[in-house]
Amino acid sequence: MQIFTCPFCGPRDEREFHFVAEQGKVRPDTTQSVSDADWAAYLHTQRNEKGRVREVWMHTTCDEVFVMERHSVSMEVLATTALRKEST
Amino acid sequence: MTQYSAFRLFREGLRGHKGWGKAWRSPTLQRAYDVVIIGGGGHGLATAYYLARNHGIRRVAVLEKGWLGGGNTGRNTTAIRSNYFYPESAALYDLSVRLYEGLSKELNYNVMFSQRGMLVCAHSEHDMEMATRQYNAMRLNGIDAELLTREEIRKRVPILNVSDTARFPVHGGVNQPRGGTGRHDAVAWGYARAADRLGVDIIQNCEVQGFVMEAGRCVGVQTSHGEVRAGVVGAAVAGHSSVLGQLAGYDLPIHSYALQAFVSEPIKPVLDTVVLAPAYGTYVSQSDKGGLVLGGGLDRVPSYGQRGNMPVQEGVIGSLIEMMPALAKVKLLRHWGGIVDVTPDSSPILGPSGVDGIYLNCGWGTGGFKAIPAGGYLFAHLLATGQHTDISRPFDLSRFKTGRLVDESAASGIAH
Repeated sequence: MQIFTCPFCGPRDEREFHFVAEQGKVRPDTTQSVSDADWAAYLHTQRNEKGRVREVWMHTTCDEVFVMERHSVSMEVLATTALRKEST
Repeated sequence: MTQYSAFRLFREGLRGHKGWGKAWRSPTLQRAYDVVIIGGGGHGLATAYYLARNHGIRRVAVLEKGWLGGGNTGRNTTAIRSNYFYPESAALYDLSVRLYEGLSKELNYNVMFSQRGMLVCAHSEHDMEMATRQYNAMRLNGIDAELLTREEIRKRVPILNVSDTARFPVHGGVNQPRGGTGRHDAVAWGYARAADRLGVDIIQNCEVQGFVMEAGRCVGVQTSHGEVRAGVVGAAVAGHSSVLGQLAGYDLPIHSYALQAFVSEPIKPVLDTVVLAPAYGTYVSQSDKGGLVLGGGLDRVPSYGQRGNMPVQEGVIGSLIEMMPALAKVKLLRHWGGIVDVTPDSSPILGPSGVDGIYLNCGWGTGGFKAIPAGGYLFAHLLATGQHTDISRPFDLSRFKTGRLVDESAASGIAH
């Protein structure tokens, strides 16, 4: 099994993790009118890069949502960073 | 070029098989073609063949970065079926089954299409209701189908554990008698040989590295063998479709995932059909050599790594042993992975790419092999005429903007 590192729990079995989405998509401002093309791009278009990727993942046992940088050919995990903000 | 026949096989057998010629040429890349097809898998080669045969377009090149059929065409589990829910899908995939039915004769190449049936099990009363719905949809779509009881399945597939003590007992199922398996390498090689005979240039070890654009239109490609001009370019590169999209500047709604498959050591005949047990997420058939060919669901990690891994392996093999406990001691021979191009609705993309001069044949996801003849047939029509047929039109890329998806993933209970 491959080991992914949850920012909250530490190194864990890959089967505990769920791929959520590519990182960096911004939801169109739905208080304004959104064109079909923009909405379709938001819903469906993927970069689907070969090489280094940045993705949002969830650790399903603790619900931590975080950004994982990995290599989509070698499958090496390069970094994991929490998305939660410190409470102020 | 040698015509294959039983007589020829006999004659060559007497002469030590020294008289067979090469099945296709190894030409050098010319400077210009009417059509350049990127990807020398089943879809690319079939497209080249139908361009020449149906449309009389013979100045065609197929560019393959590796070897013919070395991608998903040679990595699938060889199942062929058209047991789909929506009329659009049924029309597409049954065109493929019908073309497969005459393919060995047409290509003068034995693709070993064996219509041994494709059985999808139902594991509960509710599954049986959905199976009935599926059966009705198939019959309405003009596809052959049988609704089977548990007892009928027990007789048809005695090795399958249909007892109440199974983890997921079998209540019944839907069979498509015209479904079955084919020899996947032979499909690629048969189309390659037939296309080559009609004058198509097949260039292996030739990687596309860029697109030649003039006034907003693609007029050729840059390759590891130099630049080549094209009247029109067709991309049939499955899991690497997004990589080409980034080079050419069109966007795709595709995730690439690894899909794994397995073959066991050869054993005596135990299974004469294809069996899919959706609750287990595993399907299996037996090859003519005796190997059990099995597969399961996608990896859940987006990937371009063409190899398998442990989590899916455990799930697929564990499920097989629960389905057919008699196979528990059988050893695996090989295990591999291919990169499949998965769309949001699990239906393919056929049509213009959005960049003038480039057309797409992609998005087949986990089911591209069964669709090779239809994919090639329809893609050839698109490249030759620039127009859809009624069968390919619903699968245009524009459906993701209009919202008119062909959502097989939600409707038909397919394996992936």
